[in-house]
Amino acid sequence: MPRIELRNPLAWILGALFAAFACSTSAPASAPPQPPTELSARDKPWDGGGVIFLEWTASTTPLDQLQGYEVLARELGVTAAELADQTERAADAAAERETESLLEGEGIAPEDADQQARLEVRADPVAVPVEQPEWKSIAIVPAGQTDYEATGLEKDRSYEFAIRAIGADKSLSAPSASSPPVVPEAAWFNLSKLPLLVALVLISAAVLVFVVLARGGMVMKIRTIAGLKAVDEAVGRATEMGRSILYINGIQDMDDLQTVAGVTVLGRVAKTAAEYDAKIEVPTSRSLVMTASRETVHASYFSAGRPDAYNPDLIYYVTDEQFGFVAYVSGMMTREKPAACFYMGSFFAESLILAETGNSVGAIQIAGTANPSQLPFFVAACDYTLIGEEFFAASAYLSGQPDQLGSLKGQDVGKILAGLFILVGVVLATIQAISGSTGLEEAVRFLKDVILGS
Amino acid sequence: MQILTRLIPLLITGIAGLVMIVSAFIPYTSEWGKIAGQFFNILAAFAFVLGGGNLLKVHLKKISDQGAGWGYSGVVLVCFLVTLFVGLFKIGTYPNPSYPDVHFSGETQGTGSGFWWAYEYVFKPLTATMFSILAFYVASAAFRAFRAKNFEAILLLGTAFIILLGSVSAGVFLTDWIPNAGPFGDLRLENLRIYIMQVFNTAGTRAIMIGIALGIASTSLKIMLGIDRSFLGSGD
Repeated sequence: MPRIELRNPLAWILGALFAAFACSTSAPASAPPQPPTELSARDKPWDGGGVIFLEWTASTTPLDQLQGYEVLARELGVTAAELADQTERAADAAAERETESLLEGEGIAPEDADQQARLEVRADPVAVPVEQPEWKSIAIVPAGQTDYEATGLEKDRSYEFAIRAIGADKSLSAPSASSPPVVPEAAWFNLSKLPLLVALVLISAAVLVFVVLARGGMVMKIRTIAGLKAVDEAVGRATEMGRSILYINGIQDMDDLQTVAGVTVLGRVAKTAAEYDAKIEVPTSRSLVMTASRETVHASYFSAGRPDAYNPDLIYYVTDEQFGFVAYVSGMMTREKPAACFYMGSFFAESLILAETGNSVGAIQIAGTANPSQLPFFVAACDYTLIGEEFFAASAYLSGQPDQLGSLKGQDVGKILAGLFILVGVVLATIQAISGSTGLEEAVRFLKDVILGS
Repeated sequence: MQILTRLIPLLITGIAGLVMIVSAFIPYTSEWGKIAGQFFNILAAFAFVLGGGNLLKVHLKKISDQGAGWGYSGVVLVCFLVTLFVGLFKIGTYPNPSYPDVHFSGETQGTGSGFWWAYEYVFKPLTATMFSILAFYVASAAFRAFRAKNFEAILLLGTAFIILLGSVSAGVFLTDWIPNAGPFGDLRLENLRIYIMQVFNTAGTRAIMIGIALGIASTSLKIMLGIDRSFLGSGD
């Protein structure tokens, strides 16, 4: 093959001309798309604030030459103090995202995950805005779409919006004329939560009606819950063996309803222990839980007629740290070998460590939690497990009081309602899938997005 | 009814609960819910002192009694006091650039501080050690749970077998001969695993979640209305 050499100046010129021709024919310079027009922005009515609804007239550029639209937003009238506040909020948001990823991937307790996330965010600080915010791209929407719901905006702040068309070759149009300033205000009632309010009212009414009926003498039959029936057996075993009972209220504070439920069950277990003259030990992971547990156990010993046997030193604080607490309790179990272990409350990765240690010392173990991810561990390692609602029903079950049992019947009404909604949803979705009806599609979407989404 | 120990706590519980519910539906009152939450944080801050005091009391008593394992209590107290000292006096912190001459202007947990060092090189490795024990406990618990002693246990064992195999490359290799696009593609172990997790597991979890949500609603109502007072030490 002859070798081509461009030594001749004429050959250079010809080559350059050829290259210029080739470029001009293979990649014609295309004009950027036309911007959309008539952009309007209005506050979304009846919401919790922070949402603006945008509409615009499509670009005159043909649809097949458009890739989509870029939505731009700008907050108006931001002061330096507000900028600093925004930076702090951005750091908080970054820490929250990091916390969520830690909670999702690992069984770390929320407080520990939060601490770790904040340290990581501090090591890699969020960029600090130093001047008035410029236009920010907040979304890209498809070419056929001419409206957009901007969410996550600050309530009661003023915003401007603009739209740019994106060409098929990713070229950008000039921004549209910006919208008039608009404020995403909060309504006095958040209508999107109406279905939730209706469900709340119905379930609360059902609970109250059954409480009143139970007080009026209506007999309430509750199915036997094996885990709760075994409480007497566990306490009796501890008494016979002369060993202690270990009771753990989870590792969360009193603002977690599971901890409250755990303290409630502790009251019943402590009363039985007082009657049997068994020793009950309650290490806690939060000092407020320690105080509440002491009050509860004291009252239980008092109502059992044995206030003299109550020893507050057996209910004590260990540490807030998840694995520090586990290390202490596991060590204590191995040394003291309790005859019965109760785990009632909110647990995370420590559930299996505690339950397996208890199993290895031969203790009879009863657990209850509403953290679904920890239930398999308790089921595998404990003798009895109260699953979800059984745990919340434990207090009523053990007390045997009519009004408490009535509240359980009220819960059943809630279950019937949930079952009916599931049935209706399944039937509608199935018929829609077969018939392809758009009306039914809308009904299914309403059930999924509005009813369940609230 | 005792006013201080019963009536006032019940009123606080009821009012705080009502405020939280109202703030969830009426955006105008959303700040009220946050304020109610802040009150809890203030209480919890006081409780830190209570917890620290109790920790000292319990472990000093153990050391004094010289019962089994009293040496551990000594270790706890030394670590507690050293950490408290390092944190309170901001040992090793770098002052804030705006106030370079003021030692206490530095962040307690700032990178390079004594508290940060204790967290990074003592606390985190110890936590990781405890966490890593889980792997062994999972194995021992799985060994017990997967014994085929009855029909339900056999079902559990079979399902677990599919999930475990479908999650590792060996499982994918075993059923690699089934064409993915063919009519039997769903029988490949990795596809079976996805099916079980998305259909059976999700359905079961949602059923439990519905029960939990109803339990929480009912228990909250009982506590707010004072029907269940056992958490205040007065169940009966």
